[in-house]
Amino acid sequence: MPIITHAKSAAVVIDDAKCIAEKGCTVCVDVCPLDILAIDEGRQKAFMKYDECWYCMPCEADCPTGAVKVNIPYLLR
Amino acid sequence: MSEPKTEIIETDLLVIGGGTGGPMAAIKAKEANPKLRVVLMEKANVKRSGAISMGMDGLNNAVVPGYATPEQYVKEITVANDGIVNQKAVMAYATGSFPMIQYLDKLGVKFEKDGSGEYNMRKVHHMGTYVLPMPEGHNVKKVLYRQLRRLQVAVTNRYMATRLLKGADGRIAGAVGVNTRTSEFLVVKAKAVILACGAAGRLGLPASGYMFGTYENAANCGDGYAMAYHAGAELANLECYQINPLIKDYNGPSCAYVTGPFGGFTANNKGDRFIECDYWSGQMMLEFWRELQSGNGPVYLKMDHLAEETISEIETILHTNERPSRGRFHERRGNDYRKQPVEMHISEIGFCSGHSASGVAVDEFARTTVPGLYAVGDMASVPHNYMLGAFVNGGIAGADAAEYCANVDLAAHDEGHLAAEKERVLAPTRREDGLTPHEMEFKTRRLVNDYLEPPKVTAKMRIGQRRFAEIRDDLSALCARDPHELLRALEMQTILDCADMAAAASLYRTESRWGFYHLRVDHPETNDDEWFCHTALYKDENGQMAHAKRAVDPYIVPVEADEMAAYHQLRVKTPAAAE
Repeated sequence: MPIITHAKSAAVVIDDAKCIAEKGCTVCVDVCPLDILAIDEGRQKAFMKYDECWYCMPCEADCPTGAVKVNIPYLLR
Repeated sequence: MSEPKTEIIETDLLVIGGGTGGPMAAIKAKEANPKLRVVLMEKANVKRSGAISMGMDGLNNAVVPGYATPEQYVKEITVANDGIVNQKAVMAYATGSFPMIQYLDKLGVKFEKDGSGEYNMRKVHHMGTYVLPMPEGHNVKKVLYRQLRRLQVAVTNRYMATRLLKGADGRIAGAVGVNTRTSEFLVVKAKAVILACGAAGRLGLPASGYMFGTYENAANCGDGYAMAYHAGAELANLECYQINPLIKDYNGPSCAYVTGPFGGFTANNKGDRFIECDYWSGQMMLEFWRELQSGNGPVYLKMDHLAEETISEIETILHTNERPSRGRFHERRGNDYRKQPVEMHISEIGFCSGHSASGVAVDEFARTTVPGLYAVGDMASVPHNYMLGAFVNGGIAGADAAEYCANVDLAAHDEGHLAAEKERVLAPTRREDGLTPHEMEFKTRRLVNDYLEPPKVTAKMRIGQRRFAEIRDDLSALCARDPHELLRALEMQTILDCADMAAAASLYRTESRWGFYHLRVDHPETNDDEWFCHTALYKDENGQMAHAKRAVDPYIVPVEADEMAAYHQLRVKTPAAAE
């Protein structure tokens, strides 16, 4: 069967103004136990790539600039 | 995808899983023999992986002199498990408990102490006093990481172990790992392997429908259970599921162990207490379920009667440790511990000896039934072990494995087996289209809820088995378009293995035991004559799932018959709820 994509809202929100991924920072991507964050190659900012969040918060706690906010995913909010 | 590369490395000891027990196993192996080569393979990043990625709010099973003796603890755990325990393994934990607390304390983990510097112990269990709060317990992983670096343990992050390798003589020979970001293989040849992969926490589907809204760290999906099974190790008492009383929807601990000693308690919709003890036993979960069935639900965790300073202290502990996002969840809901109780529910099922008893069978040295293979933490069969048990048993395994490695050579693995495993791993990447890992996982877990949840009904579990077999046929259409999808595709296969094991183990034990955990409608009585034994589930020489009874070793701490029933009388003696 062909595979289709399906839109989801991102629970983890990155403040682009504070994110310093363009300086080589990958802390939030590194610490995520589910590996759901990534750096957008074009914008050079972190973003939530997969809707697989355990809302555990190392990404937010370890971000050196306070750019990451973990919201509770909508389905269980 | 082009064909991924394979790197082969050699070590003495391979530890799989960098959460709690795994790092401690590596640390204690290195301390036992600094020359030992130790590799720690982790699916995520050791800095923040596993059940305690954000620390822990307390020890649930601390055996501290002056508050409890190892003998008392062994007796309590024997009673809480309806007698089906390997007391030697529980005793090994109990005697190692206080030295481990002191060791962690020395490394920098903070435990609550009173004005004179003594540990501030609290009572939650039915009989003894074992709870030690950790209001500043958020740095456990940092402390472990520092010690791993100090002892020069080699860490490989972002490799998911997929199968164990064995030598012709049946000894362990290493493991196959696959990088979760490149799909490259890492084959680690090792004299001994310690499995520390955590619970099977992605087995049932949370009621919210959010696949990753699990109680356990969702990365802990049962890889260790599946690997041990495929390596021929015995798994014990898998029918003794993990089912927990959790904050509804948030699906995390509320947490009665923290709030209980402060005066919080589990209540029904009238605000009345209905259980005498909030300790998470199967019997407690049965009373919880009965209260929901009776129409007296929802069940709540009640704190609104407590003083402001008490509630503030509870909030500080609960909202800065272990699952800090619970504060954020409550805030958005408008939940305030001061004003209304917290709505609770019963979680989906999983395997986790940390809270129940279902795990890879191990003895008091954490050895499995496969020579050179160890298991520790939430996936090993030492019951009700929690975080401290993972540390203690991890340490025991590390020290024992260091000694084992000194006396054996590397076993040669079977190249045909390795080639077949690489092909199994890569199969979903060979397809352009088909079924996605998410939908296959969702369906498996939804069927786990539909057919395997207690109360367990024979006819339903048999339907479940047929449906799982259909999903297994559908694996020939499973499609992974990039390394991340391949990670989920491999995890989905682990989850399906665990679903099959949960059904088979539950059908084998034709009695009811452990309260709600193994409540069989067709066999409602506990039958000590036939079933006062461990059950072993294993893969036989024909590759089929097989079962056996294993005797409960003679107790080293005797338990009188009247004491054995202590956990059976948890319901508060007020007008009983209708069933």
